[in-house]
Amino acid sequence: MIANYGYKDGSGEYYISIDTDKCIDCAAGRACLTACPKQMFEIITDDYDDEVAWIKKPNCRTLSYDCADCKPSGGYTSLPCMTACTPGAIKHSW
Amino acid sequence: MITAGIDMGSRSIKVVLLEELNVNGAPQLKYGVKKVHIMMPGDLDQDVAADKAYDEALASAGLKRDDVKVVFATGAGRKQVGFATEGITEMTAGAKGAVFMYPQARTVVDVGAEEGRGMKTDAEGRAIDFAGNEKCAAGAGSFAEAMSRALQMTLKEFGEASLLSDKSIPMNAQCTVFAESEVVSLIHSATPKNDIAKAVLDAVASRVCAMVRRVGIEGEVVLIGGMVHNAGFVQSLKVAMGVDAISLPDMPEYISALGCAMIAAERQH
Amino acid sequence: MNAEVTAAPVVAETVPEKKEFWRWQENVWIDETKDWKTAKIVTCGIDVGSVSSQAVLVVDGELYGFNSMRTGNNSPDSATNALQGVMDKCGMKLEDIHYVVGTGYGRVNVPFAHKAITEIACHARGANYMGGNGVRTILDMGGQDCKAIHCDEKGKVTNFLMNDKCAAGTGRGMEVISDLMQIPIAELGPRSFDVDVEPAAVSSVCVVFAKSEALGLLKAGYTKNKVIAAYCQAMAERVVSLLERIGVEEGFFITGGIAKNPGVVKRIEKILGIKAMETKVDSQIAGALGAALFGYTLMSKKAAAA
Repeated sequence: MIANYGYKDGSGEYYISIDTDKCIDCAAGRACLTACPKQMFEIITDDYDDEVAWIKKPNCRTLSYDCADCKPSGGYTSLPCMTACTPGAIKHSW
Repeated sequence: MITAGIDMGSRSIKVVLLEELNVNGAPQLKYGVKKVHIMMPGDLDQDVAADKAYDEALASAGLKRDDVKVVFATGAGRKQVGFATEGITEMTAGAKGAVFMYPQARTVVDVGAEEGRGMKTDAEGRAIDFAGNEKCAAGAGSFAEAMSRALQMTLKEFGEASLLSDKSIPMNAQCTVFAESEVVSLIHSATPKNDIAKAVLDAVASRVCAMVRRVGIEGEVVLIGGMVHNAGFVQSLKVAMGVDAISLPDMPEYISALGCAMIAAERQH
Repeated sequence: MNAEVTAAPVVAETVPEKKEFWRWQENVWIDETKDWKTAKIVTCGIDVGSVSSQAVLVVDGELYGFNSMRTGNNSPDSATNALQGVMDKCGMKLEDIHYVVGTGYGRVNVPFAHKAITEIACHARGANYMGGNGVRTILDMGGQDCKAIHCDEKGKVTNFLMNDKCAAGTGRGMEVISDLMQIPIAELGPRSFDVDVEPAAVSSVCVVFAKSEALGLLKAGYTKNKVIAAYCQAMAERVVSLLERIGVEEGFFITGGIAKNPGVVKRIEKILGIKAMETKVDSQIAGALGAALFGYTLMSKKAAAA
């Protein structure tokens, strides 16, 4: 399942998508948890009893601000979370 | 040479008339300001309102349209100003005006009614980087205003109340509409008004601060735009940004219009 | 004796009505044709949202009854009150229920729930029951959130997004206009079609700015209906853009309170070029229904294992 966390408001569209199928038996040792400087990722047991990563609830509502430090305005070279997730489960929409 | 800058904000129109004088060979700037309130968008057509504001400004300075060499416009409604030669962005105008007032300023924060933004500037007042929070009421003054209405206070009282609080209640809602419900439930659970006021201003400050961090906080920080009048907000912003001092110009709403008039003058040389 | 009876003029006591225009119809329903006492498994789903709460009773895997009401200030009370409302209608008590699943924003506050499941999974499951196994794309416009969900033929979620940060596209966004126009919320939809020409959408996504824009439109001479139409169009466009992030597949089902607003629903259908599936069951119960169905599956497994 593709889980999209974040929001769209008047100022733009900010989603982090997690492909939970790639997350279930994580080949990267849950590296996302420590890679994110704001520790936004957490491992939860989802509704279908799989252990997958998600974005913590409070961060979902402030995603554009929370991720801002990793994204120099006007382009970024690489995001720590995406680099850490070698199976490629994590994607940013902006 | 006289130039004019007109800032078509979402709430009010600001006009600045700038006279460039030559005093012993060195250029000196003399300026006059005029502010006009438009009630709501659509109350007057924007272009009619712009004409009205401009003519009022000229009259109060004892000038006529012909006395002014050129008019530049800025702000959300700048395209509606028929008599302006050029439109420039609020970033460019705000940066210019702020650095003129505070030559050491390198970080400019502009919080108006509907937009909050941060600019990184150079010594000439050019905006070399900026980040804004457009089109979302939660990132600007409208948020504080809506909450002050929910608490039945004026915005000024609201700001003063927040200074009396030392708590930091985080707000869950990131949207003005949801925050109103949250404030109502805080009132129902007997949270003191001062603490609520501080929570609200802290929330706006943190969103504005996140914008400014995207361009980096360096050197002297200047705050422009209407929210300068709100002492509670200024305090919350200082804490959020982690700075001891923020420079506050005397007529903060006019800084963008001033910058606009200055750029108009520059481009004539 | 001709008694001329002149009735004294009846002075109706005029209590100034404090009109609450956002009030929508709360309702309780029980399937009178079923008898829960003969059932093997009785399960319950409670969906505590920030605006409304629902309690649904499922008897042997079939919908039996529900109660939909406004959430009060206290989440645990809302759960209890919602359930009590439907139990009272059929003489049931909490002990008669084998399994309770809580869902929704306040799911952690359902004190008597055996399990909590997210509203995403519950809405998909509920929609699958209400619309059948052809349901693939679900749009839920709730009180304070907006969700777009993809599911398979069993109602299992394959893709979703939930937006609870911004009021645009949510019930609260609609309530703001209802209050502004001083028109009961249930009338907004039908009134939005009573216009001479379909207006363009209000340009702001943000509800706060859209509200100012609406006032401006009124001053510019728009009728109330036309302003409502412009606002519904904006909401429809906004919601479609959310849907497009995950794509819309036929088998399009709408749940939540705004599903009852044809002003928004018809405009969404027009933009997408896809008609929403019909439902005979109250669109607001999808979450609680899905929760109760999850409860049924879990309870059946328990019973089979025993």
